[in-house]
Amino acid sequence: MAEQVSVFIENKPGRLNAVTGVLAEARIDIRAMTIADHRDYGVVKLLVSDPGAAQKALVEHGFAAALKPVLAVAIEDRSGGLHELLEILAEHQLNVRDACGFVGEPGRRAVWCMEVADPAEAARLVAARGLPVLGDAELYRS
Amino acid sequence: MNVPVWDPALEFMERETLERLQLTRLRKTLASALQTPFYRCRLAEVGLRHPEDIVNLRDLRNLPYTTKDDLREAFPAGLLAVGLERAVRLHTSSGTTGTPTVIYHTRQDLDRWTELVARCIVATGATAGDVFQNMTGYGLFTGGLGLHYGAERVGMLVIPAGSGNTGRQLQLMKNFRTTVVHATPSYLLHLHDALAEEGIARDRLALRKAFIGAEPHSEQTRRKIEDLFRIDAYNSYGLSEMNGPGVAFECVYKTGLHLWEDAYILEIIDPQTREPLSEGETGEIVMTTLQRQATPLLRYRTRDLSHLLGGHCPCGRTHRRLARIKGRSDDMLIVNGVNVFPSQIEDVLMKVPEVGTNYLIQLDKRGSLDRLAVKVEIRAAPFTGDPDALDALRERIGEALRAAILVKPSVELHEPGSLPVSEGKARRVVDLRPAF
Repeated sequence: MAEQVSVFIENKPGRLNAVTGVLAEARIDIRAMTIADHRDYGVVKLLVSDPGAAQKALVEHGFAAALKPVLAVAIEDRSGGLHELLEILAEHQLNVRDACGFVGEPGRRAVWCMEVADPAEAARLVAARGLPVLGDAELYRS
Repeated sequence: MNVPVWDPALEFMERETLERLQLTRLRKTLASALQTPFYRCRLAEVGLRHPEDIVNLRDLRNLPYTTKDDLREAFPAGLLAVGLERAVRLHTSSGTTGTPTVIYHTRQDLDRWTELVARCIVATGATAGDVFQNMTGYGLFTGGLGLHYGAERVGMLVIPAGSGNTGRQLQLMKNFRTTVVHATPSYLLHLHDALAEEGIARDRLALRKAFIGAEPHSEQTRRKIEDLFRIDAYNSYGLSEMNGPGVAFECVYKTGLHLWEDAYILEIIDPQTREPLSEGETGEIVMTTLQRQATPLLRYRTRDLSHLLGGHCPCGRTHRRLARIKGRSDDMLIVNGVNVFPSQIEDVLMKVPEVGTNYLIQLDKRGSLDRLAVKVEIRAAPFTGDPDALDALRERIGEALRAAILVKPSVELHEPGSLPVSEGKARRVVDLRPAF
């Protein structure tokens, strides 16, 4: 299962680039990123080339950073692609808490990543319907 | 438990004998105070011209108080009771916030101070076999030299490390198998963080005890230090006006601080009404020196707040015990009319595993209302990455603080290491309210 790095930062200038600075120095590539904003602080969520190394580098630089499993699914980059995936989750009453998507190859392949209550169960259901669930390595190659 | 003791005759002295000794020494102190321009004038105002005018210890209550401002006013020599040729050392305040104050010591003063510190050290179970690393400032600050000479007198191997320079402190601790340290509580918490950062395993240290003092701290902070280092930590109380460390200390039972009553007369008063308070009532500590030659002080108002504990300590010492210092009468914060002590806030924060050891209390004003903000650091280890958990944590801390101090502060979460670390006396309060 793919993992996402969550980092606690204060909501003020210079903090986000402190995170990207650490990742640049550790030669870690960022695939996608979202920020959960809570007024005076936020949690930055990152999909990166090496989540374990990224989390370690951030903690070494004094950040509160954690790893969290996410469901990453390869879908076709066409109209209805995402809808097919979300239909599966809805059918099984699986709630999506936070998500982001990015295009791997335009017109061919996209990736949808999300936090769900039971990622292992969600992965099983999605895979059973023929959609590829990605691990860290595949996620990065997408 | 075997009770280690340095001076059994004085430490276990019967109360009655102890009080007779206090009266004899109080008269001697008055005789010497009458040698100073400051007290000659002050005591004449209450009609006291001869030490014999004091008949019993209760007569002390007729004497005037001495305040920090009096010491400033008498600077530099108004309180000096001996010729300068008999004085061998002085400790003076920096004077950064006004006129400095100064305490002079004769050779005998230093010797008696050293004896008091030796008593404190031995009462904790430390022995001549210990290696003692003194992590407080040497020089004008009394903490360093006070403990230094006391530890030498006990026969400990003393490493005069001084304050700060954490890398070197750790190196010294490893190289010489330090078993006892003396530091401020905030510095020990900082030292533990450094230990973890440098990846030094606790087992590589021989540490078994710490003497902590120079800033008020909570029982939770003591326990935290004890748990983190797996040691025993003993509370130390002193102030430069009363020599420095060696005024009161915890013994092996850690049930409050024995104050050496053959050296000081202790009173607790209401800081507003100045009326004496009884056992158990919290008020300002007032002390009279009983064996100081160069700078005798009568009823000195320390501004430290505490209360006297009742009952007897299992160690058998007859000297009464102070509860840990609750704060200073002048660091009490009044927030929208409610009295708040920073130590109450610290108590609450130390019980929250998700936040680190640094915190900041900030006060400002919006319109006519005071606003209290408590800034804490999120610790890296328990962080799960869940933003909702952070909101819940903030709410939980706010509620716990409201229950303790009756004011609900806004709680701000900060990144690890982003709040100022204090290596000396912690500055935890920032008051931005305009002064009237």
